[in-house]
Amino acid sequence: MDLDLSSVEPFRAEVRAWLRAHVPAAPLPSLETKEGFAAHRAWERRLHEARLSVVSWPEEYGGRDATPLEWLVFEEEYYAAGAPGRVGQNGINLLAPTLFQHGTPEQLARVLPPMASGEVIWAQAWSEPGAGSDLASLRATATRVAGGWRLNGQKTWSSRAAFADRGFGPFRSDPEAGRHHGLTYLMFALDAEGVTRRPIGRIDGKPAFAELFFDDVFVPDHDVIGEPGSGWRVAMSTTGNERGLTLRSPGRFLAAADRLVELWQAHGDPADTALRDRVADAWIRARAYRLKGFETISRTEDVGAESSVNKIFWSELDVALHETALDLLGPDGELAGEWLEGYVFSLAGPIYAGTNEIQRNVIAERVLGLPRAGRP
Amino acid sequence: MKFILDAEQRLFGETLDKLLAQAGTPAVARDWAAGRPEPGLALWRSLAEAGLFAVAVPERAGGAGVLPVELVTAFHELGRHGVPGPYAETVAAAVLLDRLSILAEGPAEGAAAVRRSGAAEGTPDAPSSIVAEGTADAPSSFLAEGRAEAWLPGIAEGTVVASLALPPLVPYALDADVASVVLTVEGDELRTAAPGQVRESLDPARRLFPVVPGDVLAAGPEVASAAGEARDLGTLACAAQLVGVGRRLLEVSVDYAGTRRQFGRPIGEFQAVKHHLANALVELEYARPLVHGAALAYGSPDFSHEVSAAKAMASDAAYGAARIALQVHGAIGYTDEYDPSLLIRKARALRAAWGSPADHRARVMSALTGP
Repeated sequence: MDLDLSSVEPFRAEVRAWLRAHVPAAPLPSLETKEGFAAHRAWERRLHEARLSVVSWPEEYGGRDATPLEWLVFEEEYYAAGAPGRVGQNGINLLAPTLFQHGTPEQLARVLPPMASGEVIWAQAWSEPGAGSDLASLRATATRVAGGWRLNGQKTWSSRAAFADRGFGPFRSDPEAGRHHGLTYLMFALDAEGVTRRPIGRIDGKPAFAELFFDDVFVPDHDVIGEPGSGWRVAMSTTGNERGLTLRSPGRFLAAADRLVELWQAHGDPADTALRDRVADAWIRARAYRLKGFETISRTEDVGAESSVNKIFWSELDVALHETALDLLGPDGELAGEWLEGYVFSLAGPIYAGTNEIQRNVIAERVLGLPRAGRP
Repeated sequence: MKFILDAEQRLFGETLDKLLAQAGTPAVARDWAAGRPEPGLALWRSLAEAGLFAVAVPERAGGAGVLPVELVTAFHELGRHGVPGPYAETVAAAVLLDRLSILAEGPAEGAAAVRRSGAAEGTPDAPSSIVAEGTADAPSSFLAEGRAEAWLPGIAEGTVVASLALPPLVPYALDADVASVVLTVEGDELRTAAPGQVRESLDPARRLFPVVPGDVLAAGPEVASAAGEARDLGTLACAAQLVGVGRRLLEVSVDYAGTRRQFGRPIGEFQAVKHHLANALVELEYARPLVHGAALAYGSPDFSHEVSAAKAMASDAAYGAARIALQVHGAIGYTDEYDPSLLIRKARALRAAWGSPADHRARVMSALTGP
């Protein structure tokens, strides 16, 4: 057992130097606004030109074939540098791993390069008005037609869909089959004929997600991921990425915890040991998350349902860390700013990617082996 | 970079696990609590033979040098099985004695002239004090080689049981009445110590003794720094033990929830129970890498605050698991006779041993922000 990171130090140094030279001095406008979305897309292009937008991908698609350890180090440097949020993350972290596992070579070659450059930004379209935690009850349909499929129905809470270019998600292609069968995983253009999108203001009013209405939207066969009817299995392979390390890398929390310690030094009352302990806890837990990441990439077996353990930990850490920062700011804690933006963002963490209650069920049944309750 | 136990480290843990499973540790702990230490001392010697103390004793005294990852692996098993005895204290004493005896042997020529003091007063177990007298350009006083050299091989072999108090964080010497060596460090003096009147602990297998300081064995700033290192290693051992205690409590609670039936079904089918147990797992899963990370920082300037981070989180994780274990078990978990209740009590006791979570959070913050 060791924690020898010397082999990745040259890579770390290169990333750090590039970021130091290129990260915008002033923060970009919020990526949940039209203007901010465009600015973040331009940033993705700059990252891509330095081959830093998708370091862990194969070179042929715009990556560097970076090892998981190099990826973790990239993420540490990225967030430590205060670099902008990744507007392309839903595609890069949720769709791309699904394509690597289930996509055809043609799909990889067509979809990945424009994703890597920010030319095409992707939105996840899973939830429906009647299918949130109970995703398998989804009702939006895909009907077989010559050369492809016709989509009908509604998706909602689709992150980034207000401004993104394309979406992906599961649709019911065989209404006769059981809940987890007869689903097909598809990619579609958000500006295709028959798609109506209605941005939804999140709790701070910014249009961070959208409702999508499908009215006979045509999708060609080559935009089906995996076999028709196997959409549940394809979707579940995405959840491992979503709940696991890739969506929320340790670097993000390490950087935030370091900033929290700085905030404590600037604003903290040394006599307020209760608040000081919360700062310490945020730092300790960010560090635990980092080390757990090193443990995860050191293992050879599939992490599987254990990714749910991860999802609970990072989402709760994110909320606690930002709550502590706002408390530290006292009366200024309610004022718009980076900490408040981070806080609003963190509040969604325990809800999306499978609520933390669903994750606890998964952990209890599939990691601890407790008996399944009678569910449909 | 490979941040998981290697095959040998895993095997070491599995070997200890098997040995302890066969030893019937709950009965050993109950005997220990009742003042019958013989089964516990026999187990002590078996564990020593399996190499437990070798990982904290230098090679020249028959050990393997401090192997911090092996050490936390072993203490995790001691925690899982609720083994009674001053294990963390003995490991800390080994490091303290080693550091000071190296200094006594001293690389610097003529650094210290050895002076015997009060040789006649020495007891058989605690030979006479030997202090080295400093010269102008040399450190003041160190433990001379004789005594440490006598105790360290005994620790490695399991024939010397040591306990110590390191106030203020460790004010009592655990199980000092069965220890053959009792030490205390106050300020920059290392002294022998005699146990005072035993104090009852929530964990009946933890017998805590205020100490009455005896002979000065060594004095000087080096004593304080060696004591700091000993305290950090003892704290790390305790953190590993806590994670083990929490793990076992989670294991037995999952088993119980899968078999105990109410309302016509196993209680583990209820989400309220499931979520409690899932929460316990989440915390323990992140405490473990902190313990391993701190072990790997041994010898670096970060060691002390990484140990504090690990101890704070391990304490919360294990105590949280204990509360959940009690709740999931219901009334049976609240009984003295039910074996897991020994661990429920131990989690609470160890939480404050070697420094409370608040102590350790304060230490982390002072390392991050300066005093």
